[in-house]
Amino acid sequence: MLLSRIDKPGWIFLGVLALACLVVPALNLMTAPGSALHVPTYAVSLMGKYLAYAILALSLDLVWGYCGILSLGHGAFFALGGYAMGMYLMRQIGPRGVYGNPILPDFMVFLNYKSLPWYWHGFDWFPFAAVMVLLVPGILAFVFGWLAFRSRVTGVYLSIITQAMTFALMLAFFRNDMGLGGNNGLTDFKDILGFNVQAQGTRVALFVLTALALALAYLVARFMTTSAFGKVLIAIRDAESRTRFLGYRTAHYKALAFTVSAMMAGVAGALYVPQVGIINPSEFAPANSIEAVIWVAVGGRGTLVGAALGAVLVNYAKTLLTGAMPDAWLFALGALFVVVTLFLPKGILGTLTERLGSRRAKARLPGPKPGDIPPALAEEGRGS
Amino acid sequence: MSAAIALPVSDPVHDKRLTQALLYVDDIKVTFDGYRALRGLSLTLMPGEMRAIIGPNGAGKTTMMDCITGKTRPDTGQVIYDGVHDLTRMDEAAIAELGIGRKFQKPTVFESQSVADNILLALKGPRAATASLFGWRNRVERAQIDAILETVGLIAHRGRPAADLSHGQKQWLEIGMLLAQDPKLLLVDEPVAGMTDAETEATATLLRRIARDHAVIVVEHDMHFVRALQCRVTCLHEGAVLAEGSIDSVSADPRVVEVYLGR
Amino acid sequence: MRRCLVLLLVAWCTAWCVTWALPAAAQTGSDAAYARLASDSYSDIEAGIAALATSGDPKAGAVLRALAENRLLYRPDDKALAIKDGATVTDARTGAAVGPDGLKPVRVNNRVRRAIDAALGTLNLLAPDAATRRTAADAVFKARDVAALPALDAALARETDASAKRSLQEARAAALLAKPGSPEIDRLAAVDTIQNRGDSEALGILRGLSGDAASSVRDAAARGVSAIETRQALMANVQNAWYGVSLGSVLLLAAIGLAITFGVMGIINMAHGEMVMLGAYTTYLVQELIRQRAPGLFDWSLPIAIPLAFLVAGAVGILIERTVIRHLYGRPLETLLATWGISLILQQAVRSVFGPTNREVGAPSYMSGAFDLFGLSITWGRLWIVVFAMAVFVALNLILKATSFGLKTRAVTQNRRMAAAMGIRTPWIDAFTFGLGSGIAGVAGVALSQIDNVSPNLGQGYIIDSFLVVVFGGVGNLWGTLVAALTLGVANKFLEPYAGAVLGKILLLVFIILFIQKRPRGLFALKGRAVEA
Repeated sequence: MLLSRIDKPGWIFLGVLALACLVVPALNLMTAPGSALHVPTYAVSLMGKYLAYAILALSLDLVWGYCGILSLGHGAFFALGGYAMGMYLMRQIGPRGVYGNPILPDFMVFLNYKSLPWYWHGFDWFPFAAVMVLLVPGILAFVFGWLAFRSRVTGVYLSIITQAMTFALMLAFFRNDMGLGGNNGLTDFKDILGFNVQAQGTRVALFVLTALALALAYLVARFMTTSAFGKVLIAIRDAESRTRFLGYRTAHYKALAFTVSAMMAGVAGALYVPQVGIINPSEFAPANSIEAVIWVAVGGRGTLVGAALGAVLVNYAKTLLTGAMPDAWLFALGALFVVVTLFLPKGILGTLTERLGSRRAKARLPGPKPGDIPPALAEEGRGS
Repeated sequence: MSAAIALPVSDPVHDKRLTQALLYVDDIKVTFDGYRALRGLSLTLMPGEMRAIIGPNGAGKTTMMDCITGKTRPDTGQVIYDGVHDLTRMDEAAIAELGIGRKFQKPTVFESQSVADNILLALKGPRAATASLFGWRNRVERAQIDAILETVGLIAHRGRPAADLSHGQKQWLEIGMLLAQDPKLLLVDEPVAGMTDAETEATATLLRRIARDHAVIVVEHDMHFVRALQCRVTCLHEGAVLAEGSIDSVSADPRVVEVYLGR
Repeated sequence: MRRCLVLLLVAWCTAWCVTWALPAAAQTGSDAAYARLASDSYSDIEAGIAALATSGDPKAGAVLRALAENRLLYRPDDKALAIKDGATVTDARTGAAVGPDGLKPVRVNNRVRRAIDAALGTLNLLAPDAATRRTAADAVFKARDVAALPALDAALARETDASAKRSLQEARAAALLAKPGSPEIDRLAAVDTIQNRGDSEALGILRGLSGDAASSVRDAAARGVSAIETRQALMANVQNAWYGVSLGSVLLLAAIGLAITFGVMGIINMAHGEMVMLGAYTTYLVQELIRQRAPGLFDWSLPIAIPLAFLVAGAVGILIERTVIRHLYGRPLETLLATWGISLILQQAVRSVFGPTNREVGAPSYMSGAFDLFGLSITWGRLWIVVFAMAVFVALNLILKATSFGLKTRAVTQNRRMAAAMGIRTPWIDAFTFGLGSGIAGVAGVALSQIDNVSPNLGQGYIIDSFLVVVFGGVGNLWGTLVAALTLGVANKFLEPYAGAVLGKILLLVFIILFIQKRPRGLFALKGRAVEA
């Protein structure tokens, strides 16, 4: 049933992901480092990072593209998921830290912690950490969304308070008192599930996992948006008050979509952290969240596949430009914001499918005739 | 015949209803920043009744609709629906679930969705998020939607985005959505604004047909249309009822002539 | 051990003698005083200082200052005193040059130093300049110098300046309280005088009342202490409130331009902070130009920068409105993204031209320093920023309420089509209203350049705060913005002592987020159907 709901871009997208899962590991593990076909391990991790960003973009598209909730705080959910994973990775260091404390991470020894803060308990156990990756962003999003949507905070007001939320979290995580590494965040990871995070095999496995998570996130989002639930979301996006008069409790729908989306963002953050090797409070920076919005806008909002495509394209461009001309990147990014909103409001994928779609539609349907009267009523009207 | 005697109407002891009326609006007042939009409006609508509301601009017609549908909360007064529900304490969604449908002055359909999906969204049934994620609304028979589209003459357009429809077609689609919603009480705000004469006549016919098994309140300026509805008329002025009765008695009322119809 | 005892006895005796013999010593001239100073006994030196101060010797001041600076030398053999001034050494009494043979410095410890201060104070009590007399009286007050009582009485008898007289009376009261065995009635009056002074010094004196005071004096002093403490707590709150008002003015300055573009026009301008930044850089450029061409005009740099910053930021604003924003009317979320992009471009442009580091913007003379107002320390810089913020607020209100441009702006924002039908050129009004909001932001930048680092990131620090202020105050309501800015400023400053700066800020952010849930339209929201639609 779900398979029937996947459209053509969706199949292409899943196909590309499947291909990447096969080809990238093969080109990394089975070719010699000198060969022209060889994909170096750092590039695998870089691609893994792009795919983690793609999950974030997908989650943002679910709420922005389908429900009109422009969250400028999705970076917060991403970072919270990342911190949950980071806490697990910190506990895995064990006595191998600089201070050699078997329980306390280095920064806690440095800050004279005597024992592990209560919220660190359980994070040495992977299943617990994995659940937290979903729960922490999910609960925050649910509480925040429930309050905001119930009070009918919409549009730019919502955007501004989501931005204030991530800003407040950034300030909080910068504090050493948070017990989460303060300024420096969490880093110097050693193992994940017993495998060395630096090892080639682990990096390839993380890449494949991220690709699979992206595919799963796409399927979940696609299932939600193509069901009647998705039609209600779109109805809310286009005319929320009208949807309420039809009897839908729009706050419930929005809170649910927002929560699911935040969980996806959390997963993205959790996959991002072991691949880049660090998580620190700057991930909460409001600028990061807005940057994620532009990925979605570039790819085409309300298309899911486009959001993922946009994330990969923009970040690839960022890697290229910051390497070649560091000063030019912010100009390029700024220009991208302006150009996309002015000239490409539907994004790359949206514009493409519209072009193709309208060409076909023209052939099939008759144009509207103003003043058409339904025949049944017209006859009855004459009769009375 | 014995069934008729057992109707709850004749059982005053067990009937918890405060009133027999379907809609009982009692002395509601609404103030916007010092402007008194409604100044003690009262109105009674019996089950199955059709009522036309007329009145000059600013008389409080739309504000009254807003109070009934939960969009605006009156400062004082009650709106009792079906004898038991106080609508002033409920939100829009809860009121819609009780079976009160509303058609807006400006046609508001879901522009980016197909005509069929517009009807699907309106179809009577559970509105919970889980129901629409996994439930029956995903398995609605095509025929059920098509029947409604047939009635409003949009069957040929079922797959098109609603945005592509003409103004008149959007009005019809919205009426189709009301049919799908199947409410007990229908609030219709200026349904024929911007329609041609033929369309107006057809709309009047449709509303009369709907009124056979629904209670309807119609707000309208077009006196010909109101006459065609053949129902009781209430004239509002400055947030209160000025006159009520048949179209002939109301339009003959000197005060109505003074403030609304003009000499 | 025995030597120690003997020494102590001698010291005690000399001190006692000095206290009683002081008026006599003054009459015998300064010779005895000079002889006492030429000693290695601290007690002797102290007595000599006191004697010299009241001797009326014209050289006393120079000798005492030399002593304070460790430049006073003596020869133990003949008790000669000399003053060293750089390489030259002169006899303290005659001023004749002397050879350095056998001279060694007169030793100074903390007690001696206090005595010098008090003595210099006594000398200055009779100085011709009223400010000097006041300072001298304050010094005596702080030293609680009993020995200065006669000098104080003499000075009081001659004093004509009101504030100097008050200082002298306070000093006298302090000395009276410290003097053993002074009458109860005098002490009660003294407690009163000191309580009226009301600062920490007064508190110290009242708390450290000498042991032989009568119980009535003690009670009076205790009442005085609690009165001063109450007053000081109040002052601390007033000071906090002032800091809060000052922070609130900064917030107001940052947000008020946004109150126009966002509040009145409904445009989400994420590049608002960059308009502030442009204003700050304009100030920097003006100051650079003045430094190079006309350093004498430095104090005029801010008045010159204000109109220029308005024009620069306003022009950039109009350019942005004409090229980007006008294509996005009615699409607030897209406007948000596009203006964010513009903010990135402006930041990077400024970074490319001026470099990423902070630029030095100086404070003109009237912006630096502080003054005392009823015990409040108020810096001129803060005061001017508060005054400036209020002036900008009033000016903006006047523009919107009392000019035809303001009337047209309000007409366009309330009913665009109707305004157009009335012959108002709405695109023109849009552009200039946006320019006005941006220009005001630029003007704010001039003020903020005085208190913040002028760097390309300057604007980023204000954008979230500014939006929250406008939303908290109620969109479309300038007074709401004023109240919101001041409320948040004061709340922040009162939270800081308890929660710390960062946590205080977090608490305020959380408060505003929750507040918006409760009242989505802000403190002073417009009500009515128009808002709902």
